[in-house]
Amino acid sequence: MKKKLLSALLCVAMVASLVVGCGGKEETAEAPAAAEESASEEATGATFKIGGIGPSTGGAAIYGQAVKNAAEIAVAEINEAGGINGYPVEFIWGDDEHDAEKSVNAYNSLKDQGMQMLLGTVTSTPCIAVADEAAADNMFLLTPSGSAVDCVANDNAFRVCFSDPNQGAASAQYIGENGLATKVAVIYDSSDVYSSGIYETFAAEATNQPFEIVAAEAFTADNKTDFSVQVQKAKDAGADLVFLPIYYQEVALILNEASKQAYAPVFFGCDGVDGLLSVEGFDTALAEGVMLLTPFVADEDNEATQNFVAKYEEQFGGVPNQFAADAYDGMYAIKAAAEKVGLTPDMSISDMCEAMKVAMTEISIDGLTGDITWSADGEPTKDPKAMVIKDGAYTAM
Amino acid sequence: MIVMKKMKLDKNLKSSLITYGMVIAAYIVMQTLVMTDNISSLMEGLFVPLCIYSIMAVSLNLTVGILGELSLGHAGFMCIGAFAGAFFSKCMNGAMPDGIRFVCAILIGAVVAALFGFLIGIPVLRLKGDYLAIVTLGFGEIIKNLVNVFYVGRDANGFHFSMKDAMSLGMEADGEVIIKGAQGITKTPQDSTFTIGVILLLIALFIVLNFINSRSGRAVMAIRDNRIAAESIGINITKYKLMAFSISAGLAGVAGVLYAHNLTTLTALPKNFGYNQSIMILVYVVLGGIGNIRGSVIAAVALTLLPELMRSLQDYRMLIYAVVLIGAMLFTWAPKAKEFREKYSPKRLLALKKAQKEAK
Repeated sequence: MKKKLLSALLCVAMVASLVVGCGGKEETAEAPAAAEESASEEATGATFKIGGIGPSTGGAAIYGQAVKNAAEIAVAEINEAGGINGYPVEFIWGDDEHDAEKSVNAYNSLKDQGMQMLLGTVTSTPCIAVADEAAADNMFLLTPSGSAVDCVANDNAFRVCFSDPNQGAASAQYIGENGLATKVAVIYDSSDVYSSGIYETFAAEATNQPFEIVAAEAFTADNKTDFSVQVQKAKDAGADLVFLPIYYQEVALILNEASKQAYAPVFFGCDGVDGLLSVEGFDTALAEGVMLLTPFVADEDNEATQNFVAKYEEQFGGVPNQFAADAYDGMYAIKAAAEKVGLTPDMSISDMCEAMKVAMTEISIDGLTGDITWSADGEPTKDPKAMVIKDGAYTAM
Repeated sequence: MIVMKKMKLDKNLKSSLITYGMVIAAYIVMQTLVMTDNISSLMEGLFVPLCIYSIMAVSLNLTVGILGELSLGHAGFMCIGAFAGAFFSKCMNGAMPDGIRFVCAILIGAVVAALFGFLIGIPVLRLKGDYLAIVTLGFGEIIKNLVNVFYVGRDANGFHFSMKDAMSLGMEADGEVIIKGAQGITKTPQDSTFTIGVILLLIALFIVLNFINSRSGRAVMAIRDNRIAAESIGINITKYKLMAFSISAGLAGVAGVLYAHNLTTLTALPKNFGYNQSIMILVYVVLGGIGNIRGSVIAAVALTLLPELMRSLQDYRMLIYAVVLIGAMLFTWAPKAKEFREKYSPKRLLALKKAQKEAK
């Protein structure tokens, strides 16, 4: 009986804590509503609230952190220069742990905090889920790095990075046009949306190109530490180029394995390979001659890039990756589009979205990841830069 | 004897009614808040996940609490249900009325997951304790990885299936790839609502509570408490074990369907259908009380809400969440904490006061 009573008590305590929790939340929910009201009354004190969503905890945290940091740098710069149309910008961040459900929660939470536009989400799968929620609210969404096709399926959504199909096809065309190889092997992560997405279009485009895919070896997120089999198969198939539509951590392992097996083809990667040279304990001599198609490299000799990299290193430590660059460009794209149509913070979310949708197709920004313009379907147009690693540094080809 | 039996029955019924009442009351309160527009979008978005995890916790409690077997692959069944339901919805979208399609999807998800539960249960339930935990854990991971290599498409010629990549489906130009390997199923119709979630939770509770109080349920508990004794009085061990395990899997499948129709994207990531998710659900069960169905619901709701309500703490929230989790576990299960609670329980204090008064 005692136990019963005790459990009942615990139940009451838990329920009570819940109610208290709910109560607390409601108050904060009302706060932005009140803030909005006062904002419409006196527009002078208003700010643009731009939300960001991405994994700042968990396994994919490095991508989310990069975007968060870069967006903060951009916001600080914009505010210093007088804000957007004279209104300061506030950046609010929500963590999604790289999970679609948590991402939608983060989206709702940011909405409660008064978010007006969204720079996110960082990773593809959560982005698809959030994009549909945003479409229902008609909120403007610009994803810095959600590369899956469905991320921008709705007309309120745009992206800064290349789409996966775009990268795959561009890589195949580049290899074909420059006659880099006749026999190509592909090593990709079949459990990863980014990697399998690129591989699919690469393989589709390869049929139109003067090379053939002699080996397509997959690995999954659960066994990505030993690549001896995949490298051996590529070697046995006589491939003179290995295409790696994967992230740099695995690329480093593959390069190590290839050097062990005395196999020296040309290695060709996508934007995920950026970061290879900063892998700890990796002999950068092995990366000599690795080619990659990427919109951004941190050591590019360009004032804007150098400026950004220096700021990033100073404030957060470490070299920014392409996610950071995409987020930085994304924030400036929002600024450019908002200035184009004279957006003010007292507009409703839906009105803002309608205006931004049109403005995005009219602007062109000269960003860290190249000159970007957007089409109405949300896809960016920019030139991928072909880079090769020479003497331990990225050099344009 | 008869009187005692009647009392016992009433007690069970009362306890069940309290559980249903609790869910219904929470539903009414929340609906009122929604109607009067007094609730944050965050809470509104959390309603369906709360129902999903409550159903998961209730169903796992059937395996862990009533059957007494430790299963670490419960998210695997959820995954099966989710993909079966979403696949059906994707194929039949537009071909039948939305409501009927969703009900069918739920039934299909439940049946497919229960079938897998049955098939896996046959070899697995011969094992005991740690071995069972290891095999179910492995099963969950296998399901997740299998789903990640499935490519299923549909065109004028019917269905195409591949385990390699989307190109090898060999589809005609107008075909649609429904399950795209790692990219999963996208654009599932969003049918899950709070009302449906609560109805499903009530059904799950009804099934589990009635099962526990039924003849079969008592047989299952007899097996849990003493397998040899149960066998010696003629209880068919395999039958009852499989029955409980399949029901548990089927209900997890229902939760999966609800999950799949809540978000427009469905992928089998370690985060949502992996080992960690299974452990998380086990945490709900353990914290709510093993064998205590009502406790499972409360724990699932509390622990799902907690990290979301701590969003204002930014990145520290997961740290604090972990500390709270450890604290709660210690509070409920540590012997010293139990002693402490008993010493200061209001009931005992009241009794003490009474005794003091009487002494005066």
